[in-house]
Parts: sequence; C-alpha cells; structure tokens
Amino acid sequence: MNINNLTLYESPRIGVFVCDCGSNIAGHLDCPEVAEYAKTLPNVVYVKENLYTCSEAGIGEIKKAIKEQNLNRVVVASCSPRTHQPLFSSSCAEAGLNPYLFEMVNIRDQCSWVHMGERQNATQKAKDLIRMGVAKSAGLAPLQEIESSLIRRILVIGGGIAGLSAAQALADMNLDVILVEKTSGLGGLLRQVHRLDTGRSAKETLSTIIDDIRSRSNITCYTNAKVKETGGYIGNYDIKIETPDGVTKEKVGCIVVATGAVPFVPEGLYGYNGKNVISLMELEQKLKKDDLSAKRVVFIQCAGARTDEKEYCSRICCMLGVKNAMLIKEKYPLIDVRILYRDMQMYGTHKEQMLWDARGMGVRFDVYSPDNPPEVEDGKVRFFQVITGKTLSLDADLVVLSTPLVPRKDAGELANMLRVPTDQNGFFLEAHAKLRPLDFAADGIFVCGSGRYPATSTEARTQGIGVASRAAAILFKEKLVKSAIVARINPDSCVGCMACLSMCPYEAIAYNREKQICEVNEILCKGCGNCAATCPSHSAQLCGFKPDQLLAQIGAA
Amino acid sequence: MLDVGRHPNIALLAYSELEKLEGEAGNFTATVRRKARYVEEDKCTGCGACTQVCPTPVVDLYNEGHAQRKAIYSWFAQGIPSTHAIDPDHCRVLTGKKCGICQKKCEAGAINFDQKDTILKLDVGAVIVATGYDVFDPAKMPEYRYTLVDNVITAMEFERFLSASGPTGGHVYRPSDRKVKARISELEKKTKKSQKVLDRFEKNHGIKSDEFYTAYKAGNLNPGEDLAKDQDKWAKRYEAHLENARPLKTLKEKAKGFTSAKKLAFIQCVGSRDLRFYPFCSGFCCMHSIKEAIIAHEHDNDTHSVIFGMDIRAVGKGFEEYKIRGGNNSNISYKRSRVAEITKDADENPVLIYEDTKEQKVKRQRFDLVVLATACAPVKGTRKIADTLGIDVDPYGFFKTDSANPLDTSRNGIFVCGCAQNPMDIPESVAQASSAAARAAQTVMKKNNKKAS
Repeated sequence: MNINNLTLYESPRIGVFVCDCGSNIAGHLDCPEVAEYAKTLPNVVYVKENLYTCSEAGIGEIKKAIKEQNLNRVVVASCSPRTHQPLFSSSCAEAGLNPYLFEMVNIRDQCSWVHMGERQNATQKAKDLIRMGVAKSAGLAPLQEIESSLIRRILVIGGGIAGLSAAQALADMNLDVILVEKTSGLGGLLRQVHRLDTGRSAKETLSTIIDDIRSRSNITCYTNAKVKETGGYIGNYDIKIETPDGVTKEKVGCIVVATGAVPFVPEGLYGYNGKNVISLMELEQKLKKDDLSAKRVVFIQCAGARTDEKEYCSRICCMLGVKNAMLIKEKYPLIDVRILYRDMQMYGTHKEQMLWDARGMGVRFDVYSPDNPPEVEDGKVRFFQVITGKTLSLDADLVVLSTPLVPRKDAGELANMLRVPTDQNGFFLEAHAKLRPLDFAADGIFVCGSGRYPATSTEARTQGIGVASRAAAILFKEKLVKSAIVARINPDSCVGCMACLSMCPYEAIAYNREKQICEVNEILCKGCGNCAATCPSHSAQLCGFKPDQLLAQIGAA
Repeated sequence: MLDVGRHPNIALLAYSELEKLEGEAGNFTATVRRKARYVEEDKCTGCGACTQVCPTPVVDLYNEGHAQRKAIYSWFAQGIPSTHAIDPDHCRVLTGKKCGICQKKCEAGAINFDQKDTILKLDVGAVIVATGYDVFDPAKMPEYRYTLVDNVITAMEFERFLSASGPTGGHVYRPSDRKVKARISELEKKTKKSQKVLDRFEKNHGIKSDEFYTAYKAGNLNPGEDLAKDQDKWAKRYEAHLENARPLKTLKEKAKGFTSAKKLAFIQCVGSRDLRFYPFCSGFCCMHSIKEAIIAHEHDNDTHSVIFGMDIRAVGKGFEEYKIRGGNNSNISYKRSRVAEITKDADENPVLIYEDTKEQKVKRQRFDLVVLATACAPVKGTRKIADTLGIDVDPYGFFKTDSANPLDTSRNGIFVCGCAQNPMDIPESVAQASSAAARAAQTVMKKNNKKAS
C-alpha cells in the first residue's frame, strides 16, 4: 500500500458502527440511542447499527459505507480489539482505507457486560466511550506496514518424538532443519519405554523415525549440544549452538521448542526405594529386561500428582499404568495386578478399550480417596476401599508408583532466552489454550510435545507434525509483513539519555554512538509503548498512539 | 471462522457434498454437489430482510428445537457464508403453495426458486476429512426418560440455554415452565379474541358478561327484545371464553412461582462407556459439564450443581485446576456414581435414583433440571463418506488411522482430524488440524517436486 496516495490531511469523515452483538450489548444498553448520539459527534458523517458487525453482512456494511460515504476514518463500537481489531482493520484495507485509520471502542467487555442491569448508566458510558474513540480517530494518521525478509530454515530444540516428528514433517516440506539435542542420542523419554500402548516396541518405532531423520540431507542434527544464545526476530533469528566441537552459529527463520518433560522421582512417597517400591519408568526398565519376580503387583496412580503442590493431572500416567499392567498380565497371567486410582483417565476410543481389556485380563481396579490415601509398609499396601467402606491390607511384593511428568529444571532458562512464558507448573505456555495450542504468543516460535503439557507418543507426534505446518505457513511467504504500530524516536530531539533502552523488554532499541541518539529496530519492536511513556523529551512516540491522538481521546472524556 | 471466509486461498463450498473421488494422492478429481439454496450466493448480502417477512415458522435445530426459525434462514447469525438458504421441505412456494413474499422483499434480487443443484469437478492434491461428530440421542436410554421428563435435557440444549443469543436469552428457564408459558400466551391470544366479542355484547346490553351469565343460568334474566335475540349466542360465546380463561387463570397462578433452575444435576457418560451403545469415552464431556456448571453459576450465584460421573476426566492442560476451581468457587460438587434412573415428581422436578458410592447407599434426589452429557457419536453417514473416499472405518465407527501416522487414513493422500478420527477436545482438534494441514501440504509438494524434476 502506498502511503502517499492516502488523503492524509483531508478533513476527517468518520463512520461509526455500533454493534448489538446479538443481545450481548443491545440487551444491556440502548444501542439505537447510542447510534443516534454518535451522529451528533464532530466529523461523524455516517452511523450504522448492526446486529453483528463482525458478520459478513456487517463487514459488507463497513466496506460499502467507506466507498459510498467516502469515509476516511472508521470507528467500530463493539467487543474486544484483541479478537476483532484485525478483522475490522483488514476489512477497511480491503475497501481501500489505510487500516491504521480504524479505531475500535469496546462497549461490550468494558461496558455492557460489566454494567448489566444498569441500562441507563451503561448507555451513557457507551456514549462517552464512543465520543472518546471518535475524538482519537480524527487525529489518526495512515501508517505503512513493515516488511522484512525470511530465512527458510528452522531450529528444532529437542530430539524426542515431538521434535523428531516436527523435523521430519518440515523436511518433507523442503525446509532445512537444524535439530539440537542435549543428550548423546535421539529419541527422548521414549527411549526408556518398553512398549507403546499399541503393543509396538518403542525402540523399533523410534529407530524407524531416527533412521529416516539421519538419511535426510536437509536435517542437520547436533547431539550433546545446547542452544546457548538466541537473537534476532521472526524470519531472522541468530542462534549460537554449543556443540562438543565448539560453538556453531546458525541463522533460522522459526524456532520449535520440543524439549519434553521428565518423570517425577517420588522420593519420600509411599516408601519409595527403587527396589520393591518403584516408579513407572523403573517398571519399564524391568519389563525391558524381563526382570520381574513379583507375585503381587499394586499400582498407585496419581503418586505425586493432583496434590496441593502439583495440582495438574499428568494425562498419560493412567494409560501407562494400564498398559504395563496388561503387559504383566499378558506375560505372567498368574501375577495378581491391582490398580489403585482416583479417576481412570482413559479418554477416547483406544484407551477406554484398554481399560475394558485390562479388566478382562483380570487386572483389578479400586478407587482410593485422596483424603485417605494408601499406605505402603513392609510389603503390604493398606488402603481404604471407598465402595465397600472397608480398609484392606493387600500383600504386594512390588508397588509401582504412577508418577507424573514434570517440567525440566532448565525449561525456565530456555523460556527466558527465547522470551516465551511458562505456566504456574513450569510448562511452556501457549498463545491460546484452545485456539492456538502450538503457538507461542511471540511470533515465529512454536511448542509441541510434553514440554507444553504431558502427551502420549501419538499426541506428541501429532503436535510435532502440527508445528511444521504452523512454521511453514510463515516461511512459505515471500516476505514478512509486520504491524506498523511501532515506536519511532525523533532523531532531532533525542538527547541520547538512554532511559528508553532499559525500559524496552524486547531489546529493540540501540544507542547509536556516532549520532549519540537512540534508535528503534522496527522489526523487533512490539509496540508496547514503554519507551514512549519513559522518554523525557517526548522523542520516542508510538505510532497510532501519539500524544496528540491520546490527548484528544482523553480530552473528550 | 470469518478468517476462513475471507482468506484468499480458501474457496468455501458450504451446503455441498462430496459425491465422488477419483485419482490418486497428489492428483485427485473430486465431484462435489452444490445443493440448491434457492438464494443466489453472489447476490445475497445476508441482510435478513427475507427472514423477517417469511410467514413459515420452522423448528430451529440450531437451538436444539427450543426456538423457531423461518423457512428462509441462515443457520446462525455469525455463520459463514452469511448467504441465506430456503428450506425446501417447509417453504410454501417449494411445497407448491402460494407465497413468494421473500422474493418481493429482497432488494438484491437474490431469491431464485428455480435454482438447481450444480455439480463441480475439482482438481485437488489431497483431502482432509473433518466431518466432526453427532450427539448421541439419549432417547435410546429408557432409564433416563429423556422424552418423558421435560426437565431432562442434553448438554447441547443446555449450551443454547446458557447463550445470550439463545432461546432463553441466557437464563436457565426450565423447559416445563417454558411450556406452561407458551400455553399461557396461546390462551391469552385466544381469550383476547373472545373477550372482544364479549365486549361487543356488553356494550350493546349494558351489563357485564359474568352478571349476564349468572342470571341467564339462574333463569331470572328479563330480556328485552334485543337481548332475547342475543342471549343464547352470548351465553355460548361466554362458555367458550371460560374454557380458555379458566385454565389461563390457573396457569398464571402457577407461573407466578416459576424461577430459573437453581439445582442442576449433570449426568456423565450418557451413551458412552456403555456396552449397549458406545464402549469408548467421549473425552470432552466431563470438562463440558464443568464449564456449563461454572457458567450457570456465573449467571446466577444461587445455582448449585452436582456432577455425577464414574470418573471425572479432567485430563488436559489446566483442566484439573479448572475442576477444582469449579468445586471451590462455583457450588459444584462431584459425585462418583452412575445414575440408575430418572423419574419426576408432581411439579415436573426430575428425581435421580443413584448409588452414593461413598456412603454405599441408594439415594433419591430431586433437582430442578438435569443435563445429560451425551456421547460423541460417529457422524451419521460416516460409512457413506468412507465408501466415497475409499477409506476404512475403525471398530468404533470413526475414520481409521494408525498411531504411527496419526493423521493418515488407509488411503494415500487422504487425512483425517478432530472428532471424525476420535473423540477429542478443542485444543487437540486444533493441533490435529494443523498436523493434517502439514500432511496435506507434503502430499501436494511431493507431487509438485515430481513435476519439476
């Protein structure tokens, strides 16, 4: 879009679109009255009330009005800019209006929803908010989006099933992959597993994938290696990798975090000793080595999970418990196997079928209550059987503690390096729990596998393949186009005090020694406005939120 | 949804069905039937003027049958595309009667009663099946009396009740109460009409209908010439009026006591984990019930919910925490029990009979409303789609995949994601969709690579 073609200094012709949002807004304030009021505001030449402004019909109205009414500013009074600003501003662009001449007023989340039952006051507040939005929009200036180049190479951190699947899928799309694995071999946690839930050997499954990875010319594997430093931005990251042969520098366009999780070691729980009270992973080893001498095995689920300290459910341990119980029964039908559980998390078709089948094989299931958990002592498990109301004492020469997966200790360190968040449990936090499970909020960085949240090998593989399409969707573009809401520093008034430098969380500002001023890297800048708020000489300003625009908005309040 | 509608690389063929798929991975030809909407897509602006004037009400399945739409309609307000469609089974013109009001009203000239199905041939490299699931019909379970007890509804129906744009505007009104209210407004309409006739008599003869009728019945009416002529007719009309007015009064009295539902029961595994129907776990219903109970409590803080389940499968990121939060802040209690039976009392309150496994006792408990967490059933027509595509179906009725290649069906170049593959929640579906996209892209690229070399 050529910025020079825009009618920048024409007098504003503002169109206001008031959204009913079904009854979400119109049910709690008087939308027709608000629309009537908007007509009286300065520079407003067109007002329309819609049932749903975001519907195709509503969007059509905006586009039509821009053309027919010759609007050069558009204000939509509706819901949250977080969800709908991109839609409305790009619709303006489709009608030929610079998208930065669009302003959004939130009369739902910040008005009708919070003032339910106060119709009159809510109506008045909606009017106030629209008056402020209109005042700001009159002063808006057209802006041009920022373009940059892309490197079609991806860094995958972690060589477990998720990372391997991601690398394979990316390589299948003709993209170059750099795979960095901390340990000496590929395969991750699955290397410790005996058989998968499908009965297939984990080792064979892994070696098929690893052989394929090794045979690819466009996958570079670094084992015993660690990502030491990252810099740059989406499309152009600079990476330093520490390998046994020294530090290697690489340039990549996207980063995939597939660092997985580790099994919790149940020290101090249920008499854990690694001998006759062991963890699930230790049982896997025993099964692998075919070294099982016990006659009576008791599994205790949720050992160290779903507690006050670790509230979360680790998703996969029930399946692992049942899988191993079945493996024992298959090989040694005479071994007595009991599973003590709180809720059997056997979701979906295949896992529930395992539960039916396990019962059929003679595995016995008993509910215990977390208020009255089992006690393990001298080869006996005492537990309160909820459905009979009796306390039982079971002989057990092997107790298996089904422990959760926990985040890696160094996950936080990596998160800091990449500037991505982790959740309260220490797992990586995706951009949106429901709609963007594989993306980080930071552009160009993705997450898959148990590093996000415990996943079965099938789920981790699915997610690994999934991030490949997320990254490819960016890297297949010819160039990167970025929002124009960035900070600019006026070189004539900047005194080079560097106050902004320390405020910038994205390291987007650098000091130019030659000119003795601060400068913004527009691609790194995320438009947070910290620098603009800090700058003592008002040299740093945020496009779309300049002082005159904001003061006009405040002035109208 | 809107992103898909606006994306320059996506051609959205709504109201269409795949009829045939020929060729092989990288080089398929798909035959697609675009069903006649009787509304021209390139002309319709989705303004909805037609819907307002259409005289034919139809049961609205989007609102799970708790509201009405018109014979010309869009599935729901934000639907993509916003192009309306005419329901050929109900439209007066298309069923051979006189009408055509919508055609006259439509300023865009989009209504076309002569539209026919069209057949499209598409060249595609890969196919993704994302046909979702069907909600299990709980009428198949006699013990829950879904069709007999009004206040037993499905989770999907409850979802519509909770929606601000749903049939109850977001209030949890009981279906039995709504039935009474509907009857009241029907009777009100009738009595209003009959009252008008009575008003005329009253005006002509200067006495009230009830006074007239009492005297008429007692035989001590001294009619003048005018009244003598009218008296039998008047009496008859008055009797007919009372036939509606009396029950109206009773119902109105009854309706005074109506409040929204405060005591809710959620029953898990309705149709799932049940060898009579579906042996599998539907995966998302536990969280769905918790969410609905939390929202109902948000809407009305006096709401108390009990969730009955064999296990509460809060198995997903943040789900267990959400479950605990529901228990702590939203008056939800979780009971480990598979409810045996539902009956009702005289006030239409559902009564649950279940074993309290903690106390080892069979209990009866009365609720205002019961919500059934119905199973995620394979979509009707799965077999037909599978035959058209030449792919396999698994023993549970979903499209078959292999855990080593979790998106791949049994035929090269055809992929499946979401509940068409296995019951799953939103984040899992979204992750799978991204993966299916990757697999499809790989297939198309492989083909292009071959072409280049």
